Parts: sequence; structure tokens; C-alpha cells
Amino acid sequence: MNTDQLRPLTELQALESESIHIIREVAATFSSPIMLFSGGKDSVVMVHLAAKAFWPAPIPFQLLHVDTGHNFPEVLQFRDQAVDFYGASIKIAAVQDYIDDGRLRERPDGTRNPLQTLPLLDAITAGRHDAVFGGGRRDEERARAKERVFSMRDEFGQWEPRNQRPELWSLYNGRHLPGEHVRIFPLSNWTELDVWDYIAAEKINLPPIYYAHEREVTLRDGMWIAITEVTPARAGDVVEVHSVRYRTVGDMSCTAAILSAASTVHDVITEVGLSQLTERGATRADDRLSEAAMEDRKREGYF
Amino acid sequence: MPLRSPHSPPGPNLTGGRTLLRLATAGSVDDGKSTLVGRLLFDTNSVLADTLDHVEQVSKRRGLDRADLALLTDGLRAEREQGITIDVAYRYFATPARKFILADCPGHVQYTRNTVTGSSTADVIVLLVDARKGVVEQTRRHLAVASLLRVPHVVLVVNKIDLMNYSEDAFIAIATDFALLARSLGVLETHCIPVSATEGDNVVTRSHRTPWYDGPTVLGYLENVDDTRLAVGADFRFPVQHVVRPQSAARAPWAARAPEVNGDYRGYAGKIESGRVRPGDEVVVLPRGSHAVVEAIDTPDGPLDLAVAGQSVVIRLGTDVDISRGDIIAATDAPPAPIRDLSATVSWLAERELTVGARVLIQHGTSITKAKVSSIDGVLDLDFESGTVPCWRPVTSLALNDIGRIRLALASPLPIDSYREHRATGAFIIVDDTDGWTLGAGLAGSTPLTAKSADTQYQPAQQGKTS
Repeated sequence: MNTDQLRPLTELQALESESIHIIREVAATFSSPIMLFSGGKDSVVMVHLAAKAFWPAPIPFQLLHVDTGHNFPEVLQFRDQAVDFYGASIKIAAVQDYIDDGRLRERPDGTRNPLQTLPLLDAITAGRHDAVFGGGRRDEERARAKERVFSMRDEFGQWEPRNQRPELWSLYNGRHLPGEHVRIFPLSNWTELDVWDYIAAEKINLPPIYYAHEREVTLRDGMWIAITEVTPARAGDVVEVHSVRYRTVGDMSCTAAILSAASTVHDVITEVGLSQLTERGATRADDRLSEAAMEDRKREGYF
Repeated sequence: MPLRSPHSPPGPNLTGGRTLLRLATAGSVDDGKSTLVGRLLFDTNSVLADTLDHVEQVSKRRGLDRADLALLTDGLRAEREQGITIDVAYRYFATPARKFILADCPGHVQYTRNTVTGSSTADVIVLLVDARKGVVEQTRRHLAVASLLRVPHVVLVVNKIDLMNYSEDAFIAIATDFALLARSLGVLETHCIPVSATEGDNVVTRSHRTPWYDGPTVLGYLENVDDTRLAVGADFRFPVQHVVRPQSAARAPWAARAPEVNGDYRGYAGKIESGRVRPGDEVVVLPRGSHAVVEAIDTPDGPLDLAVAGQSVVIRLGTDVDISRGDIIAATDAPPAPIRDLSATVSWLAERELTVGARVLIQHGTSITKAKVSSIDGVLDLDFESGTVPCWRPVTSLALNDIGRIRLALASPLPIDSYREHRATGAFIIVDDTDGWTLGAGLAGSTPLTAKSADTQYQPAQQGKTS
């Protein structure tokens, strides 16, 4: 026997297979799973993995996007194209509807990220979804480092970090009580660089704003904020045109760009490999709200 | 829209590149485990500027004169407030040779539960001792757990060697003590490294202060330790996740890259848990026992002529066999006989106790079976001296963090392997039938710790070597 054939799987093969195993387990054991899909790179990779997991059959569940109403138009356009490309269907839960009829109010700081929780939980309840796939990774933020692949949520959608089920071998336990649901994180063990390496290896397309482009931006609190309808220039802002790209594509009101000339996936991989800032720290104002910002939002039922 | 990348130069691909190694850490309070993990992250450039800024600020606020690397591994607010670690946390770092997934297991609160969880997937366990204290009770317990869970490699980090003036004698004394302990617990692959995590000696960079030590650094060890050959070499086991029978002929645009299939396609999706498989191999479908020949191994990237442990694939069989989720496709050589009387070692993970007569669910592979506890035959007494093996004490129930021997009566026959040979398909979890909680982790068959006595009856083991 050729011993070379017995070499262990590569990192990307192992991660891909692990994620596919997780996604298949969920489809086989839950009655109504749904997969969160924003058009962001992690969720694109997750949908790509779902398509591979069930091939040659189609993805057996719907996608769900919680639209803050402040999403980048390039990302929304990409979202709809990607849904067609993968042969999926998508439901949209709109934060704007909640603001229009008064169920939610705009925050004084203008960010809509925390407002996503209610429409998300409502959509889960209305669809009787017992499993909700999210693209969260454990390397993103320190509260996430402790989250399980199958993460229980109570009937209020809350996460209890001090009372999580042990998760052993690759035996995922999704049993839950009526009214509870389980968040599923198939990309738990991926890092930002793994995601980019996989995007390159699999030639996965992304919204164009992940790559360098020229844009009007202004520097606020150390972060490059694009000048848009949602985030207009304020008095005193110095507006400049720079070559920028986005490392995450959340709500326009709280996602900042980074100065970058990385116009291809390989440029990005080089840049990510050399980067001196974590992706959330560099570009997400919402995680700076407090030292435990992410943990607080997760407890309340955020992604 | 053509959903193609705007770029197509060479670069990472699925089959080239570095491999993945899973680690678990264990140690008792104040062994400096968080500092060691922080040091590994820091010295492999896995800590980025904003995280480090944060650590420096907090260190300053606490009146420390330099960044406390242990803060890098702080997770939950309660942990930061209490200065302790509550739960297993997962860390990621990489070198050009390997990516590492590290399960960081806290030393004190619920140590067994956390160490068992971390060890269940680990290729290597990194055990810490304080050079001033040497092998202590926690070391023996952690090593016993690593041995039970068949973690292939154990590395002992003798930390705080700086506080022993980098003494070779102190290191040798601990390493000798540890070797004796490892042998008595049946752990074969061990290595000891003198380290100062605070000073960075022998973590990532070789220390000139331990000239008498000529072995690898901690990272060097992790980069070179033999990896998954064990799982790949074992017998083929493939728990079926679902039966693939595409109903519609419609193909999504993305699937243009994948092979075409015809309308009567029928395949079995799953992940290979151990061994390897090729088209033409004869296999047996368990628990039924029907034989078949592998016709093809399909993936959306094309058919494979060899698939190995860890790979998610779709298997097609040459003959029409009745297969559903929960079945296991296995090598015909020594497949596990389906049993209804399961004897196992169990790590109890729940607050509620396990008693004889309890009705539970057994999750094994992709199947769930009802079960009843027919006997509890003993609990492992982990307060043992080096040179001896742990004993089984008679008990009537198992409590949180206990490791016990039990027998289960199963509602339907389960083709379960012995955990000693098959870590994946010899493992199961015990689930509460009512609220779904994960109650225990089970290892089928005899335990490697006290094999001689455990196979027959649960007498306290005799002093000396194990098999």
C-alpha cells in the first residue's frame, strides 16, 4: 500500500468534512431547521457547505435573513443571486417593519445591530424552527470560544453560558424541550484565515465590497466609516477617498472599512495572514459597546 | 449571474497544505496553564494587536508591570470577575506545518467533566505540573482520564522551572515519577518538557537556560507528533447519516461543477469514523448483517478511489440493501456483534445521580436506543499512588464527575465496538429521555486502566502493571 495515501486529511478537508457532518446531523434529527444567511462571507461558506452536504439532492431547508434595513446594497444584491445559485429559498425578517409599526425603536447611537434579535426570535417562533444554523466561529470573540456546536436556547432565545451541555466526540445532542431551539454553528472550528483559504480553494464568490474598491470614507474613533445615506458626513468629518475593503459586512451603521489594496482573494489571504487586528475589533463598533458586549447580546438571543 | 470568483490563480486547495491536530490541556489550579496557552498563542503570532492592547490595559489596571498572557484566554465575564475558568474553551493557532485546535480545560471546577470532554477528540493531551510540586493528585487523575479516553499522546509540561533555578535534577525527578505513573496507567506515548511559560523557555523558542535538555519545545513537539494514522489504520466504520435519493432532476447552478447523477440514484451519506474504504471493498451493514460491495464513493468534487477516516462522503453499494439512518457500514473483518447487554465505563457529567433501574437514551454513531441501567458495578477511585493503578470501589449510584462501570440493557441490538480499539464507534453518550440533557460519556467494553480485573469482576486492582 502506498503510505502517501494514508496521510491524514489536510486542515481544509478536515474542517469541510466536520461541517458537512454537522449540517447533515441537523437535517436528519430536527423537524424544521433554518439557516441564517446574510450574504456575508461566513454565511456564504456555510451555504456552500450545505449544498455540498446534500448533493446531489437540494438543500433541504430554507435560508433566513434578518435585514436591518441598513445593509449594503451590494450585499443584498449578492444575497439574492447566491440564493438562486445554490438553488435555495430565503425568508426575510425586516427590522424596518418593526420600526415602522413601533415594535422597535431606533437607538440613539443609530446602530441597528442589537435590533435584530427580536425579528430573529419572532421568525424562529413563527416558523416553528427547532434548529437555527449560524455562521459564528469560536475564534471571533472570547465569549464564542466557549460556545458549543449545538448550543441550546431557552424559550426566550437566551443562551446560558454557565450551563451548557458537554459535547463529546462527534456525538451532537440536539434534544430539547418544546419551545426551545438549538443554534447550530457548523463553522465553530474555522478561523478567519481558514474561511478565506476555503473561499480561494473552492472559488466561492463574495459580495464585491470584500475586495478593495475606492470609497468616500471618514475616520471616526479610529475606524474608517463609509459616507452613505445611513451614515452621512457629520460636521467636522474629514471626508477622503481611499481604497478600502470590508472584513465583515454587517449593518452599515456599525461596520467600518479597512484601508486595503487587496483586490483578489489571494491578496486578502496575504493581508489576513499579516493583519494586526482581529476582524471584529477592526470593524465592528457594536462589539466595542462594553467589555462583555458580545456575551450580553448572545445571552439575549443574538446570533 | 455567473457566480465565479474574479480570480483564479493557484493558491490553497483542499488536498494540499497543512494538517489539523486537536489538543486538550489539563492541569491543576496555579500550574500556569492559562499562561502557557497564552504564550503559545502569543509566540505563534495568533494574538492580534487589539486583543493584546486589551490585555495590556487590564494588566495595567491590575497593577502588573507586564502583560499577563493568561488574560488572553479569559472568556466569560464571570470568569474575569472571579479570576477562574469555568468551561472548556477552544483556541486556535497555526504554524506553516499544522493548524491546532486546543480544548482548554479548566483545572478545578468540574475537572473530570471538562477533561473528559476535551480529551474525547484530542490527539494529544498537554498536562501541566508545577516544577516546585511535581506530580500531584490532579496529575494522576488527569492522566487516568487521558488513559481511559485513549488519547494517543501525552506531553507533560514541567512548568515554572525558572522557580527551581532551571534545575536538571528537579526535572529528572518529576519526569521519572511521571514515567512510572504513565506506565502503571498503560499510557505508552509520553514526553516531558522543562518550561517556564512566563519567561517563554521551551514553549516556542528553545531556552539557553536548560542546556541539559535536548528534546523539542512544546510547539516543536506538537508540530512533529505522529497524527491520525491510528484512526486511519483502524477498521472501516461508517455510520449512515441519511439516505440520499434526489427526488427532482432540477440542478442548482452551483452543481454544474459536480458529476451528473441519474434519476434512480441511491447513496448513503456519512462521515468515515475510522479506517479507509475503496470501491470494490466488501462491507457489512450493521446491525442487520447484510453483505454488499462498495460500488462508488461519491462527492460533489467527483468520485474517490480511496476515502479515509474523517472524510464526509456518499457511498453507493452494488446490491440493493435495506439501509437507513443509524446503521453502520463496516469492514467485513471483525465487525462488532450487535449486543443488547452493554458493559461500559461511564464518566458521569450531570448533577443528578445515576441509579440502577434508570431509563436513559444511548446515542451511538447516528443511532439512538432506549436503555435501562441493569447494574452499577463500581466507581473508579482516583486517589491512588504512583506505581499503583486506580481501584474500583463498590457503589450504588454515580455522582457528578464519577467514573464508573455499569451495565445497560438495550431496547434494540447495538453494533458497538470496544472503545479500546475504536475511539469513535466505541463511544456513546447517555441522554436524559425527558429533558434531553447529556448525562454521561460512555466507553464500551473493558477499560484500559484495569483491564484484567474489570473484564471479570470489579475487584480492587492489584498493585503493579496493567496489560
